[in-house]
Amino acid sequence: MRLAAELVDLVKDYDLGTFVVHALRGVTLRFPAGDYVAIMGTSGSGKSTLLNLLGALDRPSGGTYVLGGEDVSTLDDDELSRIRNQMIGFVFQSYNLIAQYTVLENIEVPLLYRPGHPPITSADRERCAEVARRVGLGERLDHRPFQLSGGQQQRVAIARALVNDPEILLADEPTGNLDSATEQEILALFDELNGEGRTIVMVTHEPEVARRAKRQIYMRDGVVAGEGVFPG
Amino acid sequence: MSRILRIVQLAMKSLLLHKLRSGLTMLGIVFGVFSVIAMLAIGEGASAQAEKQVLELGATNVIAVSIKPPVESSSGGASRQSRVLAYGLKRTDIELVENLDTVTSIVPIRELPEEARHGRNRLNVRIVGSTAGYLPLNRLKLRSGTFVTEQHNERYENVCVLAENVALELFGFEDPIGKSITLGIHAFEVVGVVETRVASAAVGGSLSGQDFRNDVYVPIETFWLRIGDTVVQRATGSFSVEEVEVSQITLSVVDEKSVVPTAEAVRETLQETHRRQRDYDVVVPLELLEQAKQIRTIFNVVLGSIAAISLVVGGIGIMNIMLATVTERTREIGIRRALGAKQSDVTSQFLTETIVLSGTGGVIGILLGLATPLAFGLVQWFVRTQFLEGAAVGGEMASMFTEMTPRIAWWSLPLAFGFSVAIGVVFGIYPARAAARLDPIEALRHE
Ligand SMILES: Nc1ncnc2c1ncn2[C@@H]1O[C@H](COP(=O)(O)OP(=O)(O)O)[C@@H](O)[C@H]1O
Ligand SMILES: [Mg+2]
Repeated sequence: MRLAAELVDLVKDYDLGTFVVHALRGVTLRFPAGDYVAIMGTSGSGKSTLLNLLGALDRPSGGTYVLGGEDVSTLDDDELSRIRNQMIGFVFQSYNLIAQYTVLENIEVPLLYRPGHPPITSADRERCAEVARRVGLGERLDHRPFQLSGGQQQRVAIARALVNDPEILLADEPTGNLDSATEQEILALFDELNGEGRTIVMVTHEPEVARRAKRQIYMRDGVVAGEGVFPG
Repeated sequence: MSRILRIVQLAMKSLLLHKLRSGLTMLGIVFGVFSVIAMLAIGEGASAQAEKQVLELGATNVIAVSIKPPVESSSGGASRQSRVLAYGLKRTDIELVENLDTVTSIVPIRELPEEARHGRNRLNVRIVGSTAGYLPLNRLKLRSGTFVTEQHNERYENVCVLAENVALELFGFEDPIGKSITLGIHAFEVVGVVETRVASAAVGGSLSGQDFRNDVYVPIETFWLRIGDTVVQRATGSFSVEEVEVSQITLSVVDEKSVVPTAEAVRETLQETHRRQRDYDVVVPLELLEQAKQIRTIFNVVLGSIAAISLVVGGIGIMNIMLATVTERTREIGIRRALGAKQSDVTSQFLTETIVLSGTGGVIGILLGLATPLAFGLVQWFVRTQFLEGAAVGGEMASMFTEMTPRIAWWSLPLAFGFSVAIGVVFGIYPARAAARLDPIEALRHE
């Protein structure tokens, strides 16, 4: 099976001058294409650090990270930007939409930063609208974020994450701000996307949410403490 | 191209989000650009006026004027006030300078304040003894009759030509030609009237301004014969006697490049004949013109710099706001970075916002600047009606101010615009770089 992402002995230290925080102490993980993984663990165990490295927002202090066949661990800042733009889709707990943009414009933002900056064509717009429909936002393309409910905003964020057809979808507590009914809708959407072959890595500390993933990874003190497959 | 357009669109969108703030920030640049253009326009206007005044004297002329030497205190001690003070250019000087190769023609002048009378009408006038050349030299226009002719001079005729105003004061609506007026104790027949012309300004220190309105022109030979060289001036308790042969000699020179050598020759010649005292000056309009041009440059640099300071202040205002904007939009920057924006993308986004801000301010400033002559006209009108009302002649400064029209220096428009854009770049680059250098993870965590 093709690997979407592979981490080998990944280390992340934060040098705070007086002492060094070892946020990740050697994490080795494989994410086959089409995987759906929930990362769990206590606060401070290194979940966010791991997700940031997976999302190419940061470089590891040691080890390798291969994403879609490309070694990402030593790229420079511009290259990392390209990786984030082309191969990664982020979904955040707090949606992180741009307030002054409409739904459609928010979904278009990743297109602004495509390599070589090709102009946004009407085909691109059509694709954005299609992705919006795909996540269930068909009629609200010209609304602004404040006019939408939390669940709808998160759908916009998911559409935005999908628009450049990423290798891997990263979600940090995507339902943390949502009520349980909306949470179910979003998780159902994730299920569908995974069903279509999307690779999803999601950080959560809710077991019921984690249970929806194909497998669960437990972090503790910067290492993978255990792995489980639900149900089981 | 379309990319730049899109970036600009993006910038506009962000700026329009805070219309009031953007507008206020822009004001600094608006006024900066406006004052650059206005200052330069006023500077240009003032120097153009100065150059025009100099040119009125004739670029190919050299002017020798008599000046009263400072009274020596040593000789004044015991002697009575009745001592005759003889000074100035001599009749012999005329011939000396007339014979220089490069001199094509000369116009000597002898002038004297005197009372003119006709019947019961009296007027204090300036008698100007001169030759036929005086008319074209001073761009006077004949209204009726003739001007002073060569023949008048050859024959020492007792004729005079009146300035329009003098004719009006002495004769009312009567035709003065052929009639007689009395100047001092001599009778003169009026042979012509010249149109009123605007007063000339004082130029170069030695040439006082001339108000042609109260002139009476007579043949200079007649002047010398009848009126003579001696002037008795009465003051309270004493009187002084002065002896002046020639008040001024204007020499026309063959071409512009001969002006300076000719002036040199004139200076040398006069130095020979006036060894005793320095009682004359040689004024060269062309030299004054050069000075005026230098002054124009200095004017432009000084005024422009002062105005540029306000532009810089505007730039600092922009920088201040952009720094605040970057802090305020840290989260947005984090989002964009997470979605693939490179540092350079963030830099160009914020830099574009600053440049759009300062550039728009620049355009508005230019439009305001174009209205400078209008605004200045209003100020002039206000000053004239409020402050100078009643004051007959407002003094040299006042006339300089009221008669001056600002002239937009067209080169100042692209200059000011370029400067405002440059201000945007200079003061925008730091906030933009600061935005780009934010750590994406930190930025995303920012509240
Ligand atoms: N930027 C940072 N500077 C210093 N220490 C950090 C930084 N980010 C995370 N850490 C530390 O690394 C450890 C792991 O943090 P994190 O990945 O945020 O854990 P989690 O998301 O599981 O709560 C913690 O001890 C945290 O204090
Ligand atoms: Mg965390």
